Amino acid sequence: MSAAAATHDEHHDHGPARGLMRWVFTTNHKDIGTLYLITALIMFMVGGAMALVIRAELFQPGLQLVDPMFFNSMATLHALIMIFGGVMPAFTGLANWMIPIMIGAPDMALPRLNNWSFWLLPFGFVLLASTLFMEGGGPAAGWTMYPPLVLQTGAALPFTIFSIHILGISSILASINIIVTVFNMRAPGMSLMKLPLFVWTWIITAFLMIAIMPVLAGTVTMLLTDKFFGTSFFNAAGGGDPVLYQHLFWFFGHPEVYVLILPSFGVISQVIPTFARKPLFGYSSMVYATASIGFLSFIVWAHHQYTVGMPIEGELFFTYATMLIAVPTGVKVFNWVSTMWKGAMTFETPMLFAIAFVVLFTMGGFTGLMMSISPADLQYHDTYFIVAHFHYVLVPGAVFALFAATYYWLPKWTGRMYDERLGQLHFWLTAISVNVTFFPQHFLGLAGMPRRIADYAVQFAEFNAWSTVGAFVFGFAQLIFVYVIIKAIRGEGEKANDEVWEGAREHGLEWTLPSPPPYHTWETAPEIH
Amino acid sequence: MKIFKLLLAVLGWVLSSRARADYTLNLTEGVTKLSHDVHDLHMLILWICVGIGILVYSLLIYSIIHHRKSKGVVPAQFHENTKLEILWTVIPFLILLSMAIPATKVMIEIYNSDTMPGPTDLTVKVTGYQWKWRYEYLGEGIDFFSNLDAKSNEARQLGANIDPAKVDNYLLNVDNPLVIPVNKKIRFLFTGADVIHSWWVPDFGWKKDTIPGFITDGWVKVEKPGIYRGQCTELCGRDHAFMPIVVIAKPEAEYQQWLAEQKSKGEAATAQAKAEAVKTFTKDELIAKGQEVYNANCASCHQPNGEGIPGAFPAITNSPVVNGPIEEHARLVLKGKGQLMPPFEAVLKPAEIAAVVTYQRNALGNSKGDLIQPAELPAQN
Amino acid sequence: MATKTAYYLPHKASHPIFGSIGLFTLLAGFSNYLNGSPAGATMMWVGAAILIYMLFGWFGTVIRESVAGEYNDQVDASFRMGMIWFIASEVFFFAAFFGALHYARMYSVPWLGGEGSALGVETHQYLWNTFESVWPTNGPAHIGGKEGGHFEAMSAWGIPAINTLILLSSGGTVTWAHWGLLAGNRGQLIKGLIVTVALGLLFVALQAFEYHEAYTEMGLTLGTGIYGSTFFMLTGFHGLHVTIGAIILAVVLLRSLKGHFSPEHHFAFEAAAWYWHFVDVVWLGLFIFVYWL
Ligand code: HEA
Ligand code: HEA
Ligand code: HEC
Ligand code: CUA
Ligand SMILES: [Cu+2]
Repeated sequence: MSAAAATHDEHHDHGPARGLMRWVFTTNHKDIGTLYLITALIMFMVGGAMALVIRAELFQPGLQLVDPMFFNSMATLHALIMIFGGVMPAFTGLANWMIPIMIGAPDMALPRLNNWSFWLLPFGFVLLASTLFMEGGGPAAGWTMYPPLVLQTGAALPFTIFSIHILGISSILASINIIVTVFNMRAPGMSLMKLPLFVWTWIITAFLMIAIMPVLAGTVTMLLTDKFFGTSFFNAAGGGDPVLYQHLFWFFGHPEVYVLILPSFGVISQVIPTFARKPLFGYSSMVYATASIGFLSFIVWAHHQYTVGMPIEGELFFTYATMLIAVPTGVKVFNWVSTMWKGAMTFETPMLFAIAFVVLFTMGGFTGLMMSISPADLQYHDTYFIVAHFHYVLVPGAVFALFAATYYWLPKWTGRMYDERLGQLHFWLTAISVNVTFFPQHFLGLAGMPRRIADYAVQFAEFNAWSTVGAFVFGFAQLIFVYVIIKAIRGEGEKANDEVWEGAREHGLEWTLPSPPPYHTWETAPEIH
Repeated sequence: MKIFKLLLAVLGWVLSSRARADYTLNLTEGVTKLSHDVHDLHMLILWICVGIGILVYSLLIYSIIHHRKSKGVVPAQFHENTKLEILWTVIPFLILLSMAIPATKVMIEIYNSDTMPGPTDLTVKVTGYQWKWRYEYLGEGIDFFSNLDAKSNEARQLGANIDPAKVDNYLLNVDNPLVIPVNKKIRFLFTGADVIHSWWVPDFGWKKDTIPGFITDGWVKVEKPGIYRGQCTELCGRDHAFMPIVVIAKPEAEYQQWLAEQKSKGEAATAQAKAEAVKTFTKDELIAKGQEVYNANCASCHQPNGEGIPGAFPAITNSPVVNGPIEEHARLVLKGKGQLMPPFEAVLKPAEIAAVVTYQRNALGNSKGDLIQPAELPAQN
Repeated sequence: MATKTAYYLPHKASHPIFGSIGLFTLLAGFSNYLNGSPAGATMMWVGAAILIYMLFGWFGTVIRESVAGEYNDQVDASFRMGMIWFIASEVFFFAAFFGALHYARMYSVPWLGGEGSALGVETHQYLWNTFESVWPTNGPAHIGGKEGGHFEAMSAWGIPAINTLILLSSGGTVTWAHWGLLAGNRGQLIKGLIVTVALGLLFVALQAFEYHEAYTEMGLTLGTGIYGSTFFMLTGFHGLHVTIGAIILAVVLLRSLKGHFSPEHHFAFEAAAWYWHFVDVVWLGLFIFVYWL
């Protein structure tokens, strides 16, 4: 292996290397950020295509297109790919690009490790995707992988488990890097309570990941040994319990959903003040609210298991604890509204997505709150009501935040203004179709349609048809998004100035740099006031 | 704007082409006191959320309309207000309390069967199988399986070309429904035979998972006679969508009548099974009986044509087991194999086992030619 | 060796991609092996070899840069924080298995045995009516074990107690070595490290002996129900960590012999020592919850 890295000791200014190897060997936070973001976009397409397979089969009652086994495997992979391939890498990409710039650091603290965190991902996904071509097909037990069902998986099982290990290692390493960067690399004067909110939400997210990814790794390891090495963790005959898996999984799984949403909160907290031309309302309460959500997320996990026959004390404890999360989340929503209050708002694409986020995420939050109430959840559980809930928090939640972030920072990254007309078109198509897709699912769930079924009774036909039409329009709208990005990357469009958005200089260090920023930034730390 | 037109056209088509089926928008009120209480709780929390939503969204919309730059406003610079922030921490907390209290009451009601007058009148043990339900009336000697009905089963096959709308209660009908008396307290004990399933009849107001190796429970007291339908709601593999639940609640007298019929049928069946267990069948008899058994019990995995699903379920056609020694074949069906092939000794009668084994060897692309009589089955224990 | 003012930023990282390829090959090979494919094992070893080669290269590079004085105090701090959070993540990995042990002992086994709740009573009555809730157990079906599902539990007061002493004193010796290093006393540093590594290896050897006994004499294996599962997974992963820790300490020993460390700059030593203490603490948890209680 090359010793080049070792001899390359002098820290002198130079641009990126050329060719493909630039991307393979890079240690530059902006390059790695770009890699993460592009990977996430591709994965979003792949996961979205799988969602369209699901929706196409559900367009009408009766089985038309796929075998139920393949349907299950699409749902499973759709979820795994969207979560581990789409949303998480996208936010890690944003963190890579923006955190060093926002805190005035020359790069991430551990640049080589940063390269590895990224380059584990593609290998993890190849391992996962390869299962689709195996005997027995891909994993089909849902993304939650409950035993004993998951143990019926064919050749795909070990590959799926190990891909989760690889993706987990990647997330842990990235989180360590982010924490170290924020705690050790801030420019002088950048005190913790001056950090942009995006950075704060990422710190909490990184802590969450360090705590939960290893638990997931351990848990799927138990699946592996139960299947191949004769252990009995999840087998009652040997003294274990299938429900033990659920406790372990959701100890990971619930904080995981906040891993997906906290950085979104961060993005929204950057975007709204800029376009309201007003400082963020309640900065410190935002920080405390984020931390409270992080803490609470560890003690609510069994709200996914209200129907497994827990003792009543358990049901009630998890009900109360989960309900509490509405308080800090509400604080955030109120702060955003107050930030807009008496501002001077303009409605460029990032702001549109941010506002839609606030509205639609809150709706997802409300259904979450309803499901947190255990006696009611005995009805909602495992129906489309839940599918509606989590798509509201994930799609017009996390994914809209990613759209907002992309439009917000794209001119900074590429130096080109995106096409505002196309951006608005993308927004309206997306915002309308997302509701056409997921709103009817509330009705389906309440009317009694279970989730994870490939075929359904005829009374559910109409809303399912709506949902499918919405999903395809949504998918189509994303092609506009891809086109907008490609245009900006290819250098088409108006040149962006440093500040990009009027008055943005007040809202973050990134707007004081040129657009695009030079390959190396903040080699001498900026002064913070 | 072509896109919009296209979109409208598609939506219009969707709306017009579909008969306005009688769909529901809301949670059912159900037919038990409990389900009413759960429904009321649901409405309470729904309206509270709607109320908060209206408040938040109105402020947001007001702000969007009035505080925009194009109106020439100068942005204010305030960014804190401790009183306000305390207020909107405390008030939501109180609202939550107002939901938590009724929620706790309902939860206690669900868990504490003592709030119901009288002891349990009937206990039914429910076992989830891939992909059917088994109902055992404890102490009554009644024990049967409940499968997706044949019509739905035919229509639900990939490429079946049967319009589901023309099938009565498509996917929500079974061959043997669970029958219970009204106004009696019925307790259910749930367990799973293979993987986790979940037993849900929306009209009863709750669902419960069936965990292999453990018992979970639930109870109902149905207020009015009727047919109540539900489905398995925990992903349990390939045919998760195809294991519905049908409960018929009958007035006591009719229930007793049903019970008596079942008992005598059951006795007759046991007597018949006993007789058949030692009877000598002709090959054709075995094959005919075997086909029925196969379609009802085996086809969901090994497929109606015996081709199986590569990687998951082996083909019966040309299977080395089916074309090997007949005792081994029969033993495999009796005892099951691995994680997936279930043991059938407790599920099927000896004659049925013998029949299905014989059928497999002489149909589905196999022509082994031999047969096995019930009495020749490997010893059971 | 002047202290640099600029933060050291490597401009090219060629090791990570090999790390990924190695890990991928290792795990894809392992998967194939588990699925019964004959090529799997070979593939696995190739992957492991790539991974090990990569680690040597990567750490070698870092050591060279460190010795060349490229790293300033801020870089040092990054390494320290990185190591601390890495150890934190390891703690949570073990937490999953401790959680499983706790759950089995507090909930699943009592329920199966008819204790704890009405459902426990019914579970026992209808499904496992001959099973008694005791610990250790291999479950109502007596999975694994010798003839008839019998097995012997591991007692806390034989080898495990000795191993506790060994690990605790190794924690002491590594601290003693650190004092030596801080005082500029190389002899003490090296002696301390040699003893620590030796104690670590002794620990692993004794544990291997214990495993051998368990498998050959006691009917206690990974497949012996929930007790065997939790026992071997917890002690096994711990043993693996002791082995890794001992290897790290051995490398640190070699580097001490080469004189890489100064009383001011010796992050590698400290990282190894932290890791060792972490392994130590996990062992205490094991001793108490797995062997003793
Ligand atoms: C980004 C992801 C995300 C987020 C942010 C959330 C947020 C929440 N979720 Fe959700 N959830 C998921 C993703 C997410 N969830 C997923 C993926 C699943 C399904 C997993 C699976 O089974 O596959 C799931 C499932 C799920 C369940 C399990 C349901 C079941 O299976 O039976 C529950 C139950 O409690 C729940 C609750 C909540 C709650 C209370 C919140 C809260 O955080 C919401 C808080 C927000 C608000 C309440 C709105 C704003 C607040 C105000 C305006 C203040 C005033 C309001 C009040 C006082 C009411 N979620
Ligand atoms: C971040 C997470 C995330 C995201 C973004 C999405 C996005 C979408 N999801 Fe899903 N989803 C989950 C997480 C997510 N989902 C999870 C966790 C589950 C549970 C799985 C389980 O049960 O185990 C689930 C399950 C799930 C189901 C239920 C399956 C079932 O229970 O049987 C459905 C059904 O409608 C669905 C639909 C969709 C749709 C239509 C989108 C759309 O928003 C996707 C839109 C994107 C695209 C369409 C791609 C972009 C465009 C192209 C590829 C170009 C080509 C386009 C055309 C040709 C039109 N998802
Ligand atoms: C839940 C799914 C399922 C059902 C229902 C099922 N089987 Fe199977 N069957 C399997 C699986 C899986 C295997 C492979 C087992 C193994 O090799 O580990 C199998 C294997 C077999 C084999 C051996 C085939 C071979 O070549 O290895 C025979 C014969 C068989 N089943 C007969 C039956 C009969 C008869 C019935 C019904 C009375 C039935 N099966 C119902 C899943 C099922
Ligand atoms: Cu049984 Cu789903
Ligand atoms: Cu949750």
